Amino acid sequence: MAAPLVLVLLVAVTVRAVLYRSSLAVFISERVEVASPLNAWKRVVEGLALLDLGVSPYSGDVFHETPLIIYLFHFLIEYAELVFMGTLKRSLSPYLPFLVFLLLLFSLVQFKKQKLLIELDQYAPDVAELIRTPMEMNYIPFKVALFYLLNPYTVMSCVAMSTCAINNTIIAFFILATIKGSAFLSAIFLALATYQSLYPLTLFAPALLYLLQRQFIPVKMKSKDFWVYAVQYAFLYLGSLVVIICLSFFLLNSWDFIPSVYGFILSVPDLTPNIGLFWYFFAEMFEHFSLFFVCVFQINVFFYTIPLAVKLKEHPIFFMFVQIAIISIFKSYPTVGDIALYMAFLPLWSHLYRFLRNIFILSCVLIVCSLLFPVLWHLWIYAGSANSNFYYAITLTFNMGQILLISDYFYAFLRREYYLTHGLYLTGKDGTEAMLVLK
Amino acid sequence: MAGASVPLGLLLLGGGRAESPRDALREELLLSPLPSGDLAATFQFRTRWDSELQREGVSHYGLFPKALGQLISKYSVRELHLSLTQGFWRTRSWGQPYLQAPAGAELWVWFQNSVTDVDKAWKDLSNILSGIFCASLNFIDSTNTVTPTASFKPLGLANVTNHHLLIYAVLPREVVCTENLTPWKKLLPCGSKAGLAVLLKAERLFYSSYHSQAVHIRPICRDASCLSISWELRQTLTVVLDIFSIGQGKKDWSLFKMFSRTLTEACPLASESKVYVDISSKDQENELLEVIPPPLSTHEAAVQGERKTYAVYDLLNPALFNVSRSLNVQLKWKRPQDGSHLSMPVLHAQRYVSGYGLQTGEISTLIYNSHLYRAFPILLLETVPWYLRLYVHTLTIITKGKENKPSYIHFQPAQDRRRPHLLEMLIQLPANSVTKITIQFERALLKWTEYTPDPNHGFYVSPSVLSALVPSVLAMKAVDAEQSPLFTSLFPSSDGTSYFVRLYTEPLLVNLPTPDFSMPYNVICLTCTVVAVCYGSFYNLLTRTFHVEEPSRGHLAKRLANIIRKLRGVPLL
Repeated sequence: MAAPLVLVLLVAVTVRAVLYRSSLAVFISERVEVASPLNAWKRVVEGLALLDLGVSPYSGDVFHETPLIIYLFHFLIEYAELVFMGTLKRSLSPYLPFLVFLLLLFSLVQFKKQKLLIELDQYAPDVAELIRTPMEMNYIPFKVALFYLLNPYTVMSCVAMSTCAINNTIIAFFILATIKGSAFLSAIFLALATYQSLYPLTLFAPALLYLLQRQFIPVKMKSKDFWVYAVQYAFLYLGSLVVIICLSFFLLNSWDFIPSVYGFILSVPDLTPNIGLFWYFFAEMFEHFSLFFVCVFQINVFFYTIPLAVKLKEHPIFFMFVQIAIISIFKSYPTVGDIALYMAFLPLWSHLYRFLRNIFILSCVLIVCSLLFPVLWHLWIYAGSANSNFYYAITLTFNMGQILLISDYFYAFLRREYYLTHGLYLTGKDGTEAMLVLK
Repeated sequence: MAGASVPLGLLLLGGGRAESPRDALREELLLSPLPSGDLAATFQFRTRWDSELQREGVSHYGLFPKALGQLISKYSVRELHLSLTQGFWRTRSWGQPYLQAPAGAELWVWFQNSVTDVDKAWKDLSNILSGIFCASLNFIDSTNTVTPTASFKPLGLANVTNHHLLIYAVLPREVVCTENLTPWKKLLPCGSKAGLAVLLKAERLFYSSYHSQAVHIRPICRDASCLSISWELRQTLTVVLDIFSIGQGKKDWSLFKMFSRTLTEACPLASESKVYVDISSKDQENELLEVIPPPLSTHEAAVQGERKTYAVYDLLNPALFNVSRSLNVQLKWKRPQDGSHLSMPVLHAQRYVSGYGLQTGEISTLIYNSHLYRAFPILLLETVPWYLRLYVHTLTIITKGKENKPSYIHFQPAQDRRRPHLLEMLIQLPANSVTKITIQFERALLKWTEYTPDPNHGFYVSPSVLSALVPSVLAMKAVDAEQSPLFTSLFPSSDGTSYFVRLYTEPLLVNLPTPDFSMPYNVICLTCTVVAVCYGSFYNLLTRTFHVEEPSRGHLAKRLANIIRKLRGVPLL
């Protein structure tokens, strides 16, 4: 098991290094699909330059990373200059391995997580066909690593040095901590993830459900244990969030970063095209409806959490997967790095494959759209022979594909659950094969 | 108390001398042939008013326009500089301008210390000026207003150092035409009825390569002791006429040919009324040009590092009108002039946008120092609108292949829809060198309502401003500012060895990516559909559960079909 994993790691590092050294690196790092205003490396460098000039990076509207990130990189550059006797100067290429390392770390985290998931996956063995064999499960961690590390989306966002990799790593650590059952670490990483990009706060619900499940506490409104545990976890989470935000305040000595990071995420002022739904919608929005629709679209991201929590309270990991997918589809500045995060979960649900209805069509849609993004971008921005509607049409199709993919997985999951409790070969009253319908 | 009484005493003393004028008008016209063969005509009307304008109770206005006087006292303006310009002064072929202005409208104002809400005063002031000059100055808002820290110093009597009282804005898109000229002429004491202003005919002035009109208001010392202040209003108008196209291929010109008018009298209200003709090229070789009528006097001065000779016609001198009733200054070239002796100006600059596509781009500024042995520093001010996102880490300054580090840099990043980028740098230009300054930017996609009516025409970026003390080749005497002609006195020169130059580069035209303006409804509908598909499919899965479908008796359609089948006698479905 270890040998193929090492091989995958080596291949992943090689692919990234080769791409980074090639002339494609500049092209990739300027792709709007890969680098959003929130996580573009160019903007981090700009923030550092502003810091060097003695200007607060948050006084302008170019830099939107959190203070911890900027001071982390600031420290790294200072340190690197110290170590290499100042020869590095402005050359920031040494930080590529740093980002790769983060990605590798992420895959390892996923790997461990999978191992734990295997033990967790305990279905009543009604139907032998539907249960995953230990042999299959043994390969899941490897598949996850494969899916994440060799996913072209991840490779691209790494070559572009997008700080999305850092956010993904934090979320991965959070999942790991949750699955290990460490409420404390889980709360800290969740707070960090929330601090980084705000949307992961919806992952509070699946994490809490999972931790409760591990503690064998039933999710009942009347149960005292449930409330005690929930309040404890919420307290840990909010406490660490407050600590992190105060830490940022003391680093920066001002609250400027709150509007500049979270206000920027929520109010969507930057309409640079990306793969999401926001940019063209708000570029074309009538001014007096703008606020209303911003609210609707932002509520939409958080809206699914409670119904999903009710429906999937026995399956918090699947809940987490669906929630991460919803975030990456409906967040205000999505990039392909976010998509890669939930795609890494897909091998986990390989046992749902037989119930998926449109997987072939949807995979084709996603692949074709990914290829068409740069083509139509070129036609619009450089060749001038297409207009913005072409690119917009592709973002619509791409998001539609993602939405249908997730709901297809959701459907398959529910259907398998039904079969697990009712048997795989259902017959009607007259003995013929019965139809299964949603009612 | 004692301090207040001294100017009051002076005021009384001034009032006591009945013959001493409390305000004065001086009008001047400078005609200078440019190295390229064009002709620059510069009008200047100086109104000086010995009055404490900012005191309450000033109600009697003489020569000073009341509209501007009230404005100054109401908004506590210390200095006001407004210019409206059509065209671009080509420093390279026309030489150093006396007073350059950027293309479009430029307004900069210093407020008094007493102003608390500078932004509000600025907003009101620009709106009122917009009304006075019929210009679109009301489009000045926070997105094109900056507060430079070093580039603009008060030109008049002032000891303010708090640069927050200074506000600067440029509207590069502004088109200047007759409707701006008419209100400007109305501010003149004689209007366009008499004096030099009769030459200001709109159909001639706007048939030109460059037209710039300006209003400068500043406080100056009333006398050498400087105990009290006077207010000075300078109205200047510079026009560059293309002699070739007007004179059918000849470079000879006359006032009548250019303005279709001649001068008959001075403005009766003016205390001085002079026409200067630059005949400096005369003494280079033997008698290249000839001025008719022969001037009664000449004036020699060192202007912007060059020795200049002017033929002077004093309209108040009755001897001038002895021969003919009107003055029609003419200039004749004795032999065809070869335009080869184009002397390179000591400092000039050019700017352009490079890159292709609508995603990113680069602004490059080339600054030339053609002084052979002196290096000097310049202050560069760049104002870039927010929708071109500048990346200051990409700023490079290259001189002679080496990096040139600016000794002072002030960068204020833009805020979306609120504030432009402001970049000010002090750069040392080595002797005889070209300095290239480049900075990269990213083009933003705007909301569809934020585009100008013709979005594919592009968006203007205001010119960058270069301010420098250029070392002079020849030593200049410190001249009495009040007596010297024209613009030598607007910028105070520190000593005789250098002179102040302010240059503006070209405005830039940058294209931005545009959305499709015709389909807001479609986009709203389509995007909402995608969101609704997600909502719908999740709603379905969340609220429903799986059931085994019982074979039913069939729907209505099936039953109807069976009835028909029964009638036809075929097997039922």
